Amino acid sequence: MESKPDGKREGRILIEHVEKVYDPEGVNVHACRDCNADIQPGEFAMVVGPSGCGKTTLLNAIAGFDNATGGAIYLDEEKIAAPDIVQSPGADRMVVFQGGALFPWKTVMGNITYGPVMQGKMRVNEAVQEARGLMDRLGLSREIERLYPDNLSSGMKRQVEIIRALINDPRVLLLDEPFRALDNMSKGLMHEYLLSVFELTKKTIFFITHDLDEAVFLADRIFVMTTRPGTFKAVIEVDIPRPRNFRVLATERFVEIREHVKAEVEEESMKAFEAGERELA
Amino acid sequence: MSTSNQASEVIFNNVGKMAIFKKNQTVILKNCSFTVEPGKLTVLIGPSGCGKTTVINLIAGYERPDLGSVKMDGQPISGPNWERLVVFQETALYPWLTCYENVMFGPLSRKVMAKEKAHEETLTLLAKVGLEDFLDKYPSQLSGGMQRRAELARALINQPKVMLMDEPFRGLDAMTRQLMQEYYLKLFEETHASHVFVTSELDEAIILADNLLIMTNKPSKIQKIIEVDLPRPREWQMVTSKRYLEIKAEALELLHEEAVKASTTSGKVDVDLSGLLETANSD
Repeated sequence: MESKPDGKREGRILIEHVEKVYDPEGVNVHACRDCNADIQPGEFAMVVGPSGCGKTTLLNAIAGFDNATGGAIYLDEEKIAAPDIVQSPGADRMVVFQGGALFPWKTVMGNITYGPVMQGKMRVNEAVQEARGLMDRLGLSREIERLYPDNLSSGMKRQVEIIRALINDPRVLLLDEPFRALDNMSKGLMHEYLLSVFELTKKTIFFITHDLDEAVFLADRIFVMTTRPGTFKAVIEVDIPRPRNFRVLATERFVEIREHVKAEVEEESMKAFEAGERELA
Repeated sequence: MSTSNQASEVIFNNVGKMAIFKKNQTVILKNCSFTVEPGKLTVLIGPSGCGKTTVINLIAGYERPDLGSVKMDGQPISGPNWERLVVFQETALYPWLTCYENVMFGPLSRKVMAKEKAHEETLTLLAKVGLEDFLDKYPSQLSGGMQRRAELARALINQPKVMLMDEPFRGLDAMTRQLMQEYYLKLFEETHASHVFVTSELDEAIILADNLLIMTNKPSKIQKIIEVDLPRPREWQMVTSKRYLEIKAEALELLHEEAVKASTTSGKVDVDLSGLLETANSD
């Protein structure tokens, strides 16, 4: 899981002038326009913005699920999205989704080992060893390895999903509102869990959310998107020292940063409202 | 609002409540005691599934306690009554009535208010919640936030003695939610009813509350009552004040402790009723 032998850290995401036009029934919909960001290796980047601003479009382009119609996205030296290439998803970019995507018919162990075994990267035995090692390091009880997803709490499902992503040793983790459905209390625990994973693995994380407490608590930097066509309008540095725990939520600096981010997002929501994108209140 | 409604007091005395869940009896509330002070805003916060809605149902009279008592102004609560009205998580407006007709429905069907008076009250209330231009719209034509505000007006026109708010702003985005909290604070500060508000959002809880009740995991009781002595009228800007942050720090500590406990015990089915029966106070 550490950086490669040449010592250079991996996982830089460079987004240059990215544009995405969807063309349903011949009516151009501009999801993103001139998006620029340079996310550093090992950075925790949170992305916020009004509904429908193109956050998930951007994530899909990084993941290789969909291409960009203009500009380019690079993962380290490699071009992963641009009109002149054919995009494809890869095990170096793992996604954890909103709804959860564990196979309900496989045990926890079956779910975690599925990826590397199917890709022929590991034999079953190796994958099981690797999975156990990860579960130990990342504080997930081995007792659950024979359970099916249905028997897990929603928080635990998310932990399994994160480990299922990490076993592929990705360069970046892409998360699209993974904790949206959790109640506030379990969410708080998941945040602390994800931070400990982040501190242990130092993976680059690209994380989309609507929850501003979540954004400030986790981020190194918060990237605020404009209303559609989405582009980055502000990058807010979160200078709260790590390691962080839940107590930072009650600090003045935390609330100041959150209110700042909120003002930036609200300005965009207002514009979206005025443009008829959505109804306000 | 009219001054005719005086505030009421609700007292929970060692309340025990069980439920059947997947064929097992589960203790939801155990030795749960607290007082909703007259004219105050009491906020309940706690882990999900800790029985907050059960507390609301008991005060509303939808459910009866299995042990102990729930009394309003000295009288046991025996059933639903217009004196105790609930605003729910999901909207409960009648979809076939307009915004105006929904608000008028209560006082007219109960025949407690002259039509003229009800009409005036409805207009006043809908103006207070910013819906004066939406009188003839049907619920489906209103946004989520507007529906919640219409709901508030529909409850308040009955001048309940106790208003019960069961996570009414859940599911709204941050901005709409803050707007709702501001409308609601203004309405609360103008009326004299007692309010019970259930939420799982700590900032919402503190900015609204006079008394913040922190609940434990199941079997639940009140773990701690924090008096929120921030001045009224409340404003959102108070979230950065020193006192606010002190209260938040104290509450976070307690809630985190409960969340950790919940995560280590979840999945175990609670079937042990003996403890409850031993310590119960039959009152």
